Amino acid sequence: MTQNVTPVEAFVADFEAVNGLLAGNDLPWLSSLRRSGIEQFSGQGLPHAKLEAWKYTRLRPLEDTSFRPVNDADGSAGVASIPAVLPSDSSHPRIVFVNGTLRLDLSWLDALPDGVSIESLGQVIASDPEWVGAHLGRIGRLDGQPLTALNTAMMNCGCVIRVRRGVVVEAPIEVIYVAGLTDSPVAYHPRNLIVMEENSQATIVKLHAGLGVGAYFANAVTEVEVGDGATLRHYRVQSENRESTHLANLNVRIGKDATYDGFGLHLGGRLSRTDVFARLEGEGGHCGLNGAYLMKGREHCDTTTVIEHHAAHTTCREIFKGILDDEARGVFQGKIIVHPGAQQIDGHQLSNALLLSDRAEMDAKPELEIYADDVKCSHGATTGKLDDTSLFYLRSRGIPEALARNLLIQSFLAEVIDEVKDEAVREALMDKVIHWLPAQCFLAEEWTK
Amino acid sequence: MVATVETAQQVQDFADEKYKYGFVTDIETESAPKGLNEDIIRFISAKKKEPEWMLESRLKAYRYWLTMPEPEWQKPNFQAIDYQDTYYFSAPKSMADGPKSLDEVDPELLRTYEKLGISLKEQERLAGVAVDVVFDSVSVATTFKAKLEEVGVIFCPISEAIERVPEMVQKYMGSVVPYTDNKHACLNAAVFTDGSFVYIPKGVKCPMELSTYFRINAENTGQFERTLIIADEGSYVSYLEGCTAPMRDENQLHAAVVELVTMDDAEIKYSTVQNWYPGDEEGRGGIYNFVTKRGACRGRNSKISWTQVETGSAITWKYPSCILQGDNSVGEFYSIAITNNLQQADTGTKMIHLGKNTTSRIISKGISAGRSDQTYRGLVRMGPKATGARNYTQCDSLLIGDSCGAHTVPYIESKNRDAIVEHEATTSKINEDQLFYLRQRGIDEEAAVALVVNGFCRDVLQQLPMEFAVEAQKLVGISLEGSVG
Repeated sequence: MTQNVTPVEAFVADFEAVNGLLAGNDLPWLSSLRRSGIEQFSGQGLPHAKLEAWKYTRLRPLEDTSFRPVNDADGSAGVASIPAVLPSDSSHPRIVFVNGTLRLDLSWLDALPDGVSIESLGQVIASDPEWVGAHLGRIGRLDGQPLTALNTAMMNCGCVIRVRRGVVVEAPIEVIYVAGLTDSPVAYHPRNLIVMEENSQATIVKLHAGLGVGAYFANAVTEVEVGDGATLRHYRVQSENRESTHLANLNVRIGKDATYDGFGLHLGGRLSRTDVFARLEGEGGHCGLNGAYLMKGREHCDTTTVIEHHAAHTTCREIFKGILDDEARGVFQGKIIVHPGAQQIDGHQLSNALLLSDRAEMDAKPELEIYADDVKCSHGATTGKLDDTSLFYLRSRGIPEALARNLLIQSFLAEVIDEVKDEAVREALMDKVIHWLPAQCFLAEEWTK
Repeated sequence: MVATVETAQQVQDFADEKYKYGFVTDIETESAPKGLNEDIIRFISAKKKEPEWMLESRLKAYRYWLTMPEPEWQKPNFQAIDYQDTYYFSAPKSMADGPKSLDEVDPELLRTYEKLGISLKEQERLAGVAVDVVFDSVSVATTFKAKLEEVGVIFCPISEAIERVPEMVQKYMGSVVPYTDNKHACLNAAVFTDGSFVYIPKGVKCPMELSTYFRINAENTGQFERTLIIADEGSYVSYLEGCTAPMRDENQLHAAVVELVTMDDAEIKYSTVQNWYPGDEEGRGGIYNFVTKRGACRGRNSKISWTQVETGSAITWKYPSCILQGDNSVGEFYSIAITNNLQQADTGTKMIHLGKNTTSRIISKGISAGRSDQTYRGLVRMGPKATGARNYTQCDSLLIGDSCGAHTVPYIESKNRDAIVEHEATTSKINEDQLFYLRQRGIDEEAAVALVVNGFCRDVLQQLPMEFAVEAQKLVGISLEGSVG
């Protein structure tokens, strides 16, 4: 990239170069969708700090580094062991992507239950273009969302999960994205689509893991349709490497009497930001949106959520907890909107953050925007350090300081991790948290021996 | 009402007196032509016989103002302000244009005051017709002034302060709210016409509560006033600002600036009851109340406390703030905002913690009714050196009716692990059980709502000085009239 080319121009040039090679480009609806994506993106440019929603996050890595699009060679990189959330015992379906390429050799998709399909975006475009055309790009917005627009233009890989009407999937479905290990910084744009048809139920666990120390840029967009009466438990773990930029845009539509239960655990990444847009469109819908972020070094983690109540008798619950060490910076911007006429709403939002170091920073902006009177909405936000009294209590019982601190952090996060309904996932998440904690001290079990 | 005869008599008296003082007022209201340019600013400055440095600072602000874009981040919607369509130096309601007697005053307005229990004399004053009261007030203030000067307190119009204590004005004016701060504050720095100046010397506890009633009446323009209060070491002052002077012009802009400075161990308590004309039921007219209020706790152990009751104005857009520079300094913000009909309010506070062990407390109660829209917007920032700092924020919103809006937008920024920030907010509708209980006991619906809302606001009302609290309580009931049933 020469000095004169702006990041936006570079991305547009990449699009023009690879456009013809993208999956399903011979389909007119798809190529025009991509075209409108790139037009929206170049028109809007990258988000900047002057925009209210980007007040606390600057996309500096995108300005400093030039990323090339991923190619097949990046995708076939040899990976010794696949990072995973759930036990690697092939007891559950899983789909693995390496640098944006589907790796059937690493996935377990042979014995899927009836009524469930798990495929890559490319496969679905080839096998059932009409169905995917009816669902793709229906929830994710392009206006005001330049990164979604860029993803729409470049989308080539991704995971499409469809659970048919009335089907209950018992085993959790694991979706794993591995990135890194490339010769130069790459950008990839996974596009996921989850369609839960009426009265279906499933648990999906998604992991974004980074290998190596090289920079890369993941720009993910996920569209989720939770049909009437359906339930989706959607757990996301993001554990990118220290040089990565991870931008994710999650769009959820929740139908009548449907439940979306989302949880995000953010463990790493030089710069990560997750935008969640959830719309409760039918009466009796529920949206759970919880998460935890643990950041150290100079990592930056931004969680921005917008939950919109369009229908009466809908509820939402949102809890985010953060641990910030070293010079890490955490951002939480949560917004609950109750639209006119959406009465009998129950909404609750909470943001807690612990600063472990003098140079860490936390910025929170929990918002309520309410246009109906018969509602019960509340939010709370706190920022502080580990409680001295609790620390003293533990130390006075002979527990070493480092361990006492770890125990307090664990119990602080346990409050939100307990929101995860699936036991196996809950334990796996807690395990990830324990591994993140300072290693120099021994853990509780060892100490009691 | 018993007072009818008396009222009629007073009206008569008033009409007679009005004539007498109307003459005097006419002389004083020689106005600059409509519009805004450097000549107008020179005119204002010349009119006030200001020194050269003051004119220079006005012009500097004006030139900067020209380059500033209109802010766009706020929630309220309003038509772009035509700055050229305003008089910047004139009594906007010259006495001849004002209602000539109480008969001409909107009867609804009068009924409001009757319910407020404000004496007729006061009613006249509040309706903007009572020249005598204006003068009364000034003389009252003047008597106090003598008394105040005994203890060394300076309390005078800011134009007088520019003459009397120029070094102090030069030192502090613009030091808390610089002209570059925001578009409306910048405009104020260029065109402010008057305001009050208060200086409390070292160790003095101001013997009485100071009030701005006099200023509003004497000036009667009150559009771009500028207030500067300096509390020197160990001093204390309680300052009341009553904006119960409804003006009935179409969407008049009121862009005031208030600056407070406290030195070591000093305390300023600033209370406002704002009841500018809110516009009619259809949202026509009313004041645009775009005010910049900020206090700097410069000294150790100093304290600034803001209390506001905002019931008026078509649009209220202000954030009384505290910059907590001195170690152990304290900032407080207590607010009640009530919007009805088509009123809009975007209000809250900023607490900037810079010094060690600084504490702040924010209690905000918002009540929206009718088709109004209200936003609490507040910033709490913990600087890297604010070790041991603490903030507690509570903002509750009450919704009455299904077509109003209530929004909460807190910004919480912490750069210090030893600082603790807590924020809580709730939004709900008025409690049916409480209403039912009161109705059951024969209290009519409107009174019941007023009672419940007063209970909801209790934490803040308690912070007000006695006479303000009584007035505010009644205002709460009146502002919500017609919002139920």
